[in-house]
Amino acid sequence: MKTIEQTTDEILNLAATHFKFPRAQLHPGDDFYKKLGIDSLQALELLTRLENHFGVELPDYEVQGVSDFHTLAERIQARL
Amino acid sequence: MLDLAKYDSLGAALREALKHWPEELCLIEADRDHERSRITYRQFGEVAEPLAAALEESGFAAGDRAAIMMTNQPKWLISAYAVFFAGGVLVPLDYKLSASEHLQLLAHSQSHILVVEYPLWRAISQAPAFREHKLRTVIVTEAPPNADLAGGLRWEEFHGARAPEFRPRKRMDAACIVYSSGTGGHPRGCVLTHENYLQQCSAVTPVFPFRPGASYLSIIPTNHAIDFMGGFLMPFTGGGTVVHLRTLRPEFIRDAFTKYKITYMAVVPLILKNLQRGLREKFAALPPAKRKMLGALIAVNRALTRRQPRPGLSRVLLKDIHNAFGGGLEALLVGGAFTEPATIEFFHDIGIPIYNGYGCTEACTAITLNDLRPFRPETVGKPVRGMEIRIVQPDADGIGEVSVRSKTVMSQYLDDPEMTAETIVNGWLMTGDLGKVDVTGHLQLFGRKKNMIVTAEGKNIYPEDIENNFEGIAAKEFCVFAANYIWPQHTMTGEQLVLVLHPEPGNTIDGALLKELSRRNSQLLNYKRVSGYVAWDQDFPRNAAMKIRRVILAGQISKQVNRSAMVSL
Repeated sequence: MKTIEQTTDEILNLAATHFKFPRAQLHPGDDFYKKLGIDSLQALELLTRLENHFGVELPDYEVQGVSDFHTLAERIQARL
Repeated sequence: MLDLAKYDSLGAALREALKHWPEELCLIEADRDHERSRITYRQFGEVAEPLAAALEESGFAAGDRAAIMMTNQPKWLISAYAVFFAGGVLVPLDYKLSASEHLQLLAHSQSHILVVEYPLWRAISQAPAFREHKLRTVIVTEAPPNADLAGGLRWEEFHGARAPEFRPRKRMDAACIVYSSGTGGHPRGCVLTHENYLQQCSAVTPVFPFRPGASYLSIIPTNHAIDFMGGFLMPFTGGGTVVHLRTLRPEFIRDAFTKYKITYMAVVPLILKNLQRGLREKFAALPPAKRKMLGALIAVNRALTRRQPRPGLSRVLLKDIHNAFGGGLEALLVGGAFTEPATIEFFHDIGIPIYNGYGCTEACTAITLNDLRPFRPETVGKPVRGMEIRIVQPDADGIGEVSVRSKTVMSQYLDDPEMTAETIVNGWLMTGDLGKVDVTGHLQLFGRKKNMIVTAEGKNIYPEDIENNFEGIAAKEFCVFAANYIWPQHTMTGEQLVLVLHPEPGNTIDGALLKELSRRNSQLLNYKRVSGYVAWDQDFPRNAAMKIRRVILAGQISKQVNRSAMVSL
């Protein structure tokens, strides 16, 4: 079982790769919309990548209102 | 479609629809690529009427208000129908708002009942203001078996014992209270009557003739006026089918076109641009010879469809593209925000008719619609049936404020006679948008007169509403504006918010303050954030009640600094 720290770290790595963003500049408390400069559809793209990586399904309505990496990690962690 | 002139209320018209097409397919619910259910109009009634009965048995009276807070799904429409059946007033709330904003609007609308999806209810029940809510009954959908419902009841078990009593309403009675924006102390709750909706539905349906077999893919939130009309009233009164996907992910939307042979879909510009990007990438990946051939076919299609769409011809010429859209797509309706003409042109050139329009919640959705005869992507089309448009105080170029008069104009803003009187003047709705009407009757927009922006996702943002979020910062005073309000550009693009900051005397805008501004800004939903700030060293003009005189302040700023003075946050 992964720890929440490991899950968060993997999310940050994937986000950095997917949006070609320097990994060192991403932190768990960051708002991913603002930090990555993405719109709601690009955020959904990221969710799809995360689902494939973690092997979980995250319905859109479950992550409604989530905008920071840490909360996203908590939602994923709950389904691992 | 049904002759809506015969009915006095949405409840009566929808009830007739269920009787008129009992065995036609009404709703399809899919969860991504797995289909969950499909129901006929008869089955819709069989689920909705016990819910209406339970509402009535709970003490819900005619004229009482029931809020709905759900993503797009069948239970939204079933619950809305039950509310209308029981004579209620529906309050569709934007599920994308925060829990505290939801509580604020529930209080403002004085809703008696709330129908809500479990994840949203969980967030609301954990919000600090939760204990103050005055809801009588909360009905929660899809809650996990052992979930704490914080006093709510399960939607799936909320059935009445007896047959419900249909409660008639009059045409001029309120049907819905729809918040066009505003949660920061200025909620704009548009009170829309049954007359408003029935008129709008009759005016727009001839352009999108729903009939049994025609299907609509519901993507725009149903609380938004566009989906409420296109994904509920229009298909129901025409016997069509509404498809809910429970996701907005582009890959599943694309698959749904072919899987469900979609006839119509409404989108906001953001989604349209995403579809455009996907198609462009596919075109670019073609081998050079095929790409050249495609370019030639698109040129032929463009030349042959200038005067009017020719879907049959376009489908033959550009078969592969049309097959990817399911082969039965008759129209994509784009609205909610300004769409760049180049995007509309891209789809028109490949033979996918894009009907761009212009409207607002205050006018019950559409004011104008482009009928594509001929194709005029730089305009937002001509007035829909029954809509009068007048340009107020036009300048030398004919550009002035767009005002409209129609039976679709709302009755009032809820509990706000002052704002109602400013907005509806002698029966004319002042839209706050700048435009001109050309000789052929097409409306072209040139920016906004009012201090407001609309995002590509179709969200109206009034700067005053986000000022609360900056309260208490270490500055003498501050104010948020739409940048185009201070520096008009006569364009509908590049809209952003700007914070005008007046530091304490002797202070400068230093690193600590900037850090705090950035922190506060990031607490706002992404589409509500300010793009930058302007430093201002003079006292803000204020009235006797110490309210900022925004018009004067904006004028002072525009005279002394230009847009380049904005520093990004």
